Formats: sequence, C-alpha cells, structure tokens
Amino acid sequence: MSEIISFELNGVSQNQNLDPNAKLLYTIRNECDSKEVRFGCGAGNCGACTVLIDGLPEQSCTVPNWSVANKKVTTAAGLKEDAIGKVVLQAFMQEQAAQCGYCINGILMSVTALLKTHPKPSQDQINNSLNRHLCRCGTHLRIIRAINHAIQTLSKS
Amino acid sequence: MSLATKHALPTSLQANPLLGSWIQFGENNTLRVMSGKVEIGQGIQASLKKIATLQLGLDPGQLDFIAGDTQICPDEWYTAGSQSIEVGGHSLAFACQHFRHFFETAAAQALSCKVSDLVLAGGSFSFHDKSISYFDLEKSVDYKQFKLDEAWTGDSFSLKGETASVEGFAREDLQEKIGGTGFIQDLVLPNMLHARILRGPHAHAITDDWQLEKLKALSGVEQVFVSGQFVALLGVNESAIVNAYEKAQTWITWRIKNPLPPEQEIENLLLSLPAVTSEPIIEGAAKEGSISHKARYSRPYIAHASISPSCALAMPTDDQSITVWSHTQGPHKLRDQLALALKMSSENIRVIHVSGPGCYGHNGADDVAFDAAFLAHQLRRPVRVQWMRSDEMAAGPVGAASLVELDASLDDSGAIVRWDASVWSHTHIARPGWGQGINLLGAWSTAQPVPQPEPVDMFLPAGGGLRNIKPYYDLPSLHVKHHFISQSPVRVSALRSLGAYANTFAIESFMDELAQLSGQDPIEFRLKHQNDQRAREVIEKAAKMANWNTYRQELAAAQDGRGLGIGFGRYKNKSAYCAVVIEVEVAEAVRVNKVWMAVDAGEIVHFDALLNQVEGGIIQALSWSLKEAVHWNESGSTSVSWDDYPILNFDEIPAVEIELIDRPGEPGLGSGELAAGPIGAALANAVTHALQIRPRHLPFTSDRLSKMIMDAD
Repeated sequence: MSEIISFELNGVSQNQNLDPNAKLLYTIRNECDSKEVRFGCGAGNCGACTVLIDGLPEQSCTVPNWSVANKKVTTAAGLKEDAIGKVVLQAFMQEQAAQCGYCINGILMSVTALLKTHPKPSQDQINNSLNRHLCRCGTHLRIIRAINHAIQTLSKS
Repeated sequence: MSLATKHALPTSLQANPLLGSWIQFGENNTLRVMSGKVEIGQGIQASLKKIATLQLGLDPGQLDFIAGDTQICPDEWYTAGSQSIEVGGHSLAFACQHFRHFFETAAAQALSCKVSDLVLAGGSFSFHDKSISYFDLEKSVDYKQFKLDEAWTGDSFSLKGETASVEGFAREDLQEKIGGTGFIQDLVLPNMLHARILRGPHAHAITDDWQLEKLKALSGVEQVFVSGQFVALLGVNESAIVNAYEKAQTWITWRIKNPLPPEQEIENLLLSLPAVTSEPIIEGAAKEGSISHKARYSRPYIAHASISPSCALAMPTDDQSITVWSHTQGPHKLRDQLALALKMSSENIRVIHVSGPGCYGHNGADDVAFDAAFLAHQLRRPVRVQWMRSDEMAAGPVGAASLVELDASLDDSGAIVRWDASVWSHTHIARPGWGQGINLLGAWSTAQPVPQPEPVDMFLPAGGGLRNIKPYYDLPSLHVKHHFISQSPVRVSALRSLGAYANTFAIESFMDELAQLSGQDPIEFRLKHQNDQRAREVIEKAAKMANWNTYRQELAAAQDGRGLGIGFGRYKNKSAYCAVVIEVEVAEAVRVNKVWMAVDAGEIVHFDALLNQVEGGIIQALSWSLKEAVHWNESGSTSVSWDDYPILNFDEIPAVEIELIDRPGEPGLGSGELAAGPIGAALANAVTHALQIRPRHLPFTSDRLSKMIMDAD
C-alpha cells in the first residue's frame, strides 16, 4: 500500500514511506511536520492549502503524493529563502495584511508565483491568481495593498 | 458631550474585582497582564497590549500578556458583542492605573519626592538621577487584594494613558502566522489520536445504519468509539482517518427525527412557524399623518463559513483532570459547560485558548471542544478532533433568519409621527453557558444524552432578534412587537451583530422609502430626525466623501445602471456610529464600485486595528448581502461546501474609502459589528436608485433581482 516517495520540500530532500494516493496536504503537515500548510475545505475550493509544485501554485488537499515524486514543493515557510517570496512576506507584514491569517499562507504562494512570472501584473492577472483563494474576514483590501507594496519594492530592486 | 456622564462598572470588573486577577509579576522583570478577551482573528491583543503597556509605562518587551487560560486569566464571559475594548479594554486600563498608582506611591516614598515629580519610562520611576522600578518594589507593595469595583468612580478616562502618541504595536501574532504557524490546528500532543466524528447534514441527523463492523475494518481506523449517536473514528494517521470518514459517509443513510419545515421565502417560512408574541414596547404617543407606508424586509440564515472548520485538542492530565485547547469565544463558559456535560468538577478542567480561523460568532468551536474532551476523557488518551467542512456548515450553528415589518406615518412637513415595528425571528444566541442546560452538540447525542436547551433570546437594550430595532432617530412615538419563533429548520445562534443586521437594514431602507414618498433627499430626511451631533457628523462626513448631491444627480442622469445609496447606524444604539455611501452598478448582477464610510468609535486605541475591523466588516457584510443564504431540504442543510455557499471573491471587491473620527477622552467603542446593518441598507438604497426597484429581501442575488424586474414589467 505504501511506498517510498522522494521529493524536495523547501530545499530539503524527503524520502517518505507514504500512501501514494493520500493527499500531499496531510503528508506535509504530519509526516514532514510543516504545519504552515493549512486545511480549509479538502476539496480544492478555498486555496488555504496552496503550495508551489515546481513553481506552480497547487491546492495540496487535492494533490496525491505520487504526483510530486521527484518534484520541488515550496510552502510558505520556504519563502524566506526565496528572493521574491521574501519581499512578498515582508509586504504582508508591513501592511498587516491579515485578520485571522488562516488564508494568508496559501495566498502568499499564489502571489509569489505570479510575481515570479509577471513582475508588473495587471489587475486582471492579480484577480486571476487570487480567485482560487477565499478570505472570510474580508482582508481583501489589505491583501491587495500588500501585493502592490511588494510589486513596488520589487520594481525598485 | 458625554465627558461628564458616569459610566457603569464594567461587567469584567464586577466578576473579577481583585487587582491581582489582572496583573502580577512575571518572570525576568516582566509584568504579566491577564485578560479574558481572546484573539479570534480580530487582532484584539495588539490593542489590549497597547493599553496595558502605555498605562503601566513599560517598554513593550516588559509586558507578558496572556489571555483565555482558565487557570490563569480572569473570566470575562465571551469575546463577543464588540465588548473587548468597551468592557475588556476599560477594565484592563482601570486595573493598570491602580497598579501603577500603588507603585508610584511607593516609588515616591523610596525616592523622597512627590508622585507628581516622578517620570515613568521603561517600568522605572525616576526623580532627578535616582530611579526605582516596579521590579525593585515587587516585595514591598501589597496590591493583589485591592478591590477595583469599590474604586470605580464612573469617570471617563483615556484608554491610552499618558504616552498616547507612541506608535507601533503591530500584531505580534501575525509575525508567527504570516508565513508560519500559530493556530490550534498546528498543535500536536504526545501519543495523540486523530479523530473525526461521523455526523450527517443537520445538527439532529441520526442513523440506524452505522455498520460498525465495516467502520472498524476501514484502513487506518484503530478505534471506533460509539456512545449513542456519537460515533468517532480514531487513529494515528490523519490522512487515513479522513479517507475512512469519507468512505463511511458513502454508506450511512441519515435521517431527521422531526421533519424540517420546507425551504421557502423567509417571509412565508417565518410567518408559518408557531410564534410567541411578547408584550409590545410602546414609547410616546402615535399620530396619524398624511402619508402612511408599510413594508416587510427579511434576511436569510447565514453561515459563519470560517476558512477552516473548527478544531480542538484534549488530554487527560491525571485520573480526574483534563486540559482542553480550544478556539472558543468563552473559555470559562466552555469549561463550566464541559464540567456539566462530563459530570466533572470545573476545577478539574482547564481550557486554554489558542487562535483559530476567523470567528464571527458562535461557530463549532465549543462543540468540537466537547468532542475532543469527551473522547480524551473516555479513552484516557490525547485526542485531536478536526471537523470537516460539512460538519461546520451543516451541524454547527448559523445566524438566524429575520422578518421585519415597518409601518410609519409622516405629517405634512414630512416629519415622522408614528413608527411601528414587528420582528419575527428565532433566538440570536444559543452559546454554551447562555440560558439553561448544555449547549454542546455532542452532548445531545451520546448514550446519556442531554436535551438541546429551549432557545432563549437576549433582551433589550442589547437585544438579540430585537438588537437595533429602535431607530436611532428622534421619533415622537415607537411601537415594537416581537414574535419569537423557537423552531428553526437549521440550528441557530450568534452571528456577528445578531439582529442588528436585519433591523438596521430594514430601518435604513424604510427611511429611504419614506424620504422618497415625501419627496425629500434621503440624507436631509435623516438629518431632520437626528439631534445627536456625533451621528450627524458621520452622516455628513460620508455624504461629503461621496460628494453626495452632485454625484447622485450625475448618476441618475447617466441612466447606465449605476446608483448611490446611504445607510446609517449606531450599533446597539449605544456603541459606535457608522454612516456609509455605496455606489453600485447593476448589469447581470449587482457590482459594488465604491464604498465611502465614516466611523466614530470614540477614542481610537489602535488606528490600524480599528481600520482592519472596519474594512473586514464592510467586505463581509457585502458578501452576506449580495450572495449568502443557507439552503436546506428534508434531509438537512444543502449548503455544505464552498460550491453551494459562495462568498465574495477577490474580483468583486470594491474600492473603499474610510474616515475614522477620533474622539480623545470619549470611551473607546467596539468596532467589529458596526458595519453590517448600514452596509445592507446602503446597498439596497443604491440598487433602488439604480433600478427604481426596491429589494427588501436579502441577499440581492441576480436571480432575485431579475425576478423583481420581470414582475415589475
């Protein structure tokens, strides 16, 4: 039933004995003990569990373990080591862009992925990247301010 | 102004009068400040820490702040009702002032000077080149038994203390949460079992069809715990337990003992259910004028819909005791309810509050804490219970539906001479610890079940279903009838602002209707009935921000589906003031282009925290008003996922302009719930301005508006 699956998590190689069909969300949280990836709906609807897989945002609650074999997985805890992720993190802190903060780690991943490919995104591009994410506290205005803050910082560097 | 008015002793000081319950010496030259007001996603800790730090004259690092641990902290009831600054903040500030007073008196004595000669900074009192700190004086001052309730004079005071200009006080919890962890979901206990409770699509869904042998055989399930209708799957591998839960749900057939009333328009539903009508509230003498008008408004059942369903952990600590980790709003109330439900002594239960997902009222947090505590107590093993999305949506409480009927008369001068209101609604509060009995879902379904308590609503002046039913205007007469409905198709309890959302939405919609019928400008009509200067100021400010007169005429002339509307409210008629103007653009659906809001919440304790609450309140209320309603069928809720309970998305967020009016020296007022009612009304009024069609039933979905347009043609 289980097999060794190798992947990289925030730059550290993982060789875990896993159920290949179990969802990556639980593997990261429990087997890898990286709790910054959040369970929200379990159905890929809310974006709280978003991680980057080879640089692309994916909702880890719908991703089976087998599909990340030999791939690079990045979580919000890995952003500190990323040139763009670091700027995004700082911008969210400076704008205090959270209320409960539960949705934020997922949003950080999509924003980082967006700014890597589109350093000066249009409003539509920002909306497209955020439309897989829900925020219930209504922190959207701050989140948008933080994204613009990050874009400005990156354009200066 | 109210500077001279006396303020009643805050309930938190009544319940915890001793100074030592609020402040003690911590480790490593810190002062430990204790609060019962907990972090539920609103950022309250930054404001409370700012109050304590400035009142005590400390550097931020000298404060050790702790909230919501029943073994350590004062019992401040629930973190609810926008009371954390009004009651929690004022109580804490008062305690800090007295603590400081004890020590400055001792410091003056030690330094041979007058108290007024002392300079306090960094926890140290200085006089010329000599200084002495709180920590130097720890052993020589006896403060713990000082009675704060007896010292309360009712005078107003600044929450911020003498160094109010100090900037900073960013939220420390966000440093951990943004990009990291810090939620209850992230806690791990040694030797812990993961559990999922098998529940159906309704709080009272039951089954005779568990097929226990099949449950036991599911991969990863180490234990199936059965007590009556309380059935839990447990194991060490969370992912396997989730799989098992999902598989089990495919064969269990749920039913509800008592049939649910069928889903229909809220107006028809609430009028069809048995109601108890209470003695009407009658104020002043009504007259009949030349214009009379009557209209009905409604709101549906609305889900909390936090981004994560609820979670709790519990651990037996010895043969008789357990510790429970919970994101409850009322740790002490939860402790006492758990004690009743588990037939234990309260002293043997410790509840420790830990941050959870955003909380907007009584959600599943307390229920899941019972689930974890019950399992840990029975199995004598640490247990973590994470509810699934459908558990929270279907079995957790939702906000109650309301129907509001308003009937008024205007005289020849266009002034209101009669105002009658009737409300049909359920209880808006069924928290554990409110009223009699045990309000914990799991306790209603074990092998020794307790009944769900009879619902009891909160009475005015705070009010549940009647909250804000009295218009905050100068009216010569008022008549209020309350039709209380016990039975509801879905489980109901407290949701942000309780009845104020529906009542303010109705009143402020009706004010526009009356203005229109009598040919008056909506803002002029409001000001004509408004003598409270602070209320007038927020209304005038919001109008000015939106350039009301000019812009409204421009939009009317453009006839392109855009419209402008206003809403006003003073939360609970005694708390924060809010006026808002909304611009909508109606095509296939209502799109909100812009929101202008003016808020007066008294003295601003923490500017960014207040702004954050106001911004969030606006967006959440827009989401409720445009999109949200809980649906059901004969088996239970059909709003169990984000697919069938959509909320506002990023591409639907309007531009928002907010002005916060600071009132130094006036009591700081709560801000979490001020926006809900005014937003609903401003939206309705703007839609009416755009379409010349009056939407009176929330939410304003495109289906509902299309039907109204077709019916009007």
